[in-house]
Amino acid sequence: MDIVSRGFTGRRSSADAKLPPGQYLTTDFPVLSAGPTPHVALDRWEFVIDDGTSVLRKWDWKSFRDLPTETITADLHCVTRWSKLGTSWEGVSLDTILADIKTDASYALARSYGDYTTNLPLNDLRNKQAWIAFRFDGKDLAPEHGGPARLLVPHLYLWKSAKWVRGITLMHQDKPGFWEGLGYHIYGDPWKEQRYSGDE
Amino acid sequence: MSSHTYDYLDGNAAAGELSKIFAQDLTTAEGQCAHCGARKRFAEAHVYMQSPGVVARCAVCQNVLLRVVSVRQRVFLDLRGMTYLNLDTAHVQPSVFAQPDS
Amino acid sequence: MWRVGTVVALHDETATARTTTLEVPDWPDHVAGQHVDLRLTATDGYSAVRSYSIASAPNPQRRIELTIERLPNGEVSPYLTQELAVGDRLELRGPIGGWFVWRTQQTEPIQLIAGGSGIVPLMAMIRSRASAGSIAPFRLLYSLREPAAIFYRDELQALSDHDHSVGVSYAYTRTAPKDWPRPPGRIDAALIANATWPSKLVPTCYVCGPTSFVEGATDLLMASGNGRDRIRTERFGPTGDRK
Repeated sequence: MDIVSRGFTGRRSSADAKLPPGQYLTTDFPVLSAGPTPHVALDRWEFVIDDGTSVLRKWDWKSFRDLPTETITADLHCVTRWSKLGTSWEGVSLDTILADIKTDASYALARSYGDYTTNLPLNDLRNKQAWIAFRFDGKDLAPEHGGPARLLVPHLYLWKSAKWVRGITLMHQDKPGFWEGLGYHIYGDPWKEQRYSGDE
Repeated sequence: MSSHTYDYLDGNAAAGELSKIFAQDLTTAEGQCAHCGARKRFAEAHVYMQSPGVVARCAVCQNVLLRVVSVRQRVFLDLRGMTYLNLDTAHVQPSVFAQPDS
Repeated sequence: MWRVGTVVALHDETATARTTTLEVPDWPDHVAGQHVDLRLTATDGYSAVRSYSIASAPNPQRRIELTIERLPNGEVSPYLTQELAVGDRLELRGPIGGWFVWRTQQTEPIQLIAGGSGIVPLMAMIRSRASAGSIAPFRLLYSLREPAAIFYRDELQALSDHDHSVGVSYAYTRTAPKDWPRPPGRIDAALIANATWPSKLVPTCYVCGPTSFVEGATDLLMASGNGRDRIRTERFGPTGDRK
């Protein structure tokens, strides 16, 4: 029984902008979370690249902030259907982070403070497609939006842009992360509307 | 790593979503956290609903108790975070009174 | 599992909150404290689901009342408090919840603590007590921003005036009435000591409101000697379900 609620449209606005299928434009910045906001003191923050056995490279906040940064303008597409266009960030490119790492791994698992994880092909972190972002809209990234630093991978659904990122594990086989293991698509291309496992 | 931001609800908020899966109301069930062993009513779990799915966490140690994702006509359920759920079936509490034709 | 209710009455409680009465033909009896999920669907199939506590006591007319507060950036509450009209139909699921409930068979002292719109399910308990003719001793501590924000003002006033087995105390957090004995502020240990049942009476406590309010009030109740197992809580807040 499908009742249409007379006059109800929800928060959406009619979009002239080109959006991926099934998305709606938003002007606010919804906070969606699967757990408590971690509060990580900068003097204890670390970003670690490992291969599941050994640490390959590690940065503390000081050495991380010494790396060259870029400004990024990105459209964000959340699988819960909101899209926010033209957001501005500052971050370190994963091309910089991965520059000296020699690996034959094909996959990456991004790990966050708290217990969140998300997986993606290593190639999707390369070639100007991904950043570790620490500033949003001209200000330090707020904890509720993933600060001190989050992964930013705008070409995939936003659940891949792990908040409170603490490192990347390089893997030879793809292993599903927090949502990928429970019904969400293993890859998540918004333009192909790959929201759920089983979507083409 | 405790948080001072109160961005969670509780097991009561998840009850409607869980009624898709469980015929019995879960809020009165006692569950044991598989991580820290705490035993509490599911109504008191910290529930995060503003995400791609519902995540219920132990109020004591914050470990995930259960996760539910509803996508299209499917429900995915992960119960690994609980050692057990203990429900009173003598005093039956239906989760939602189902209509005969639904 | 979705039923359809028809709006039969609307009543403004405050400038931003409205009580909606729904007639639901197949409504089973509910218990005070339970809630419903409402589902709104746009013409293109977009839908949003939100939970609202039932404000009314069980009654034979198959009617339920929901008191809904309009949130400034809400997606659903502006529609429910401003657009919805008598005669409109709503999909609902419920009644839901078996823990945060008060049953008329309970005889022990009851301490109700409401933060803002958390008053709604507690009012259902007060109304349920009245319609069942229960003499269980009830106390309500109602914390809110200012006098203009009181829900069920006349009803609570009548209770204070006429029914001394229900004690009603208000705590104002932003603006208090003129000559109010307590300056505006959040509830604290002193207020718990003065306005709630002594813990040695072993009351069952129901605390409802935003999460931060519930955590604070629960801590205060425990600090004054109430066992954690004597306190039942329901947290209100955004759910933002968009599917």
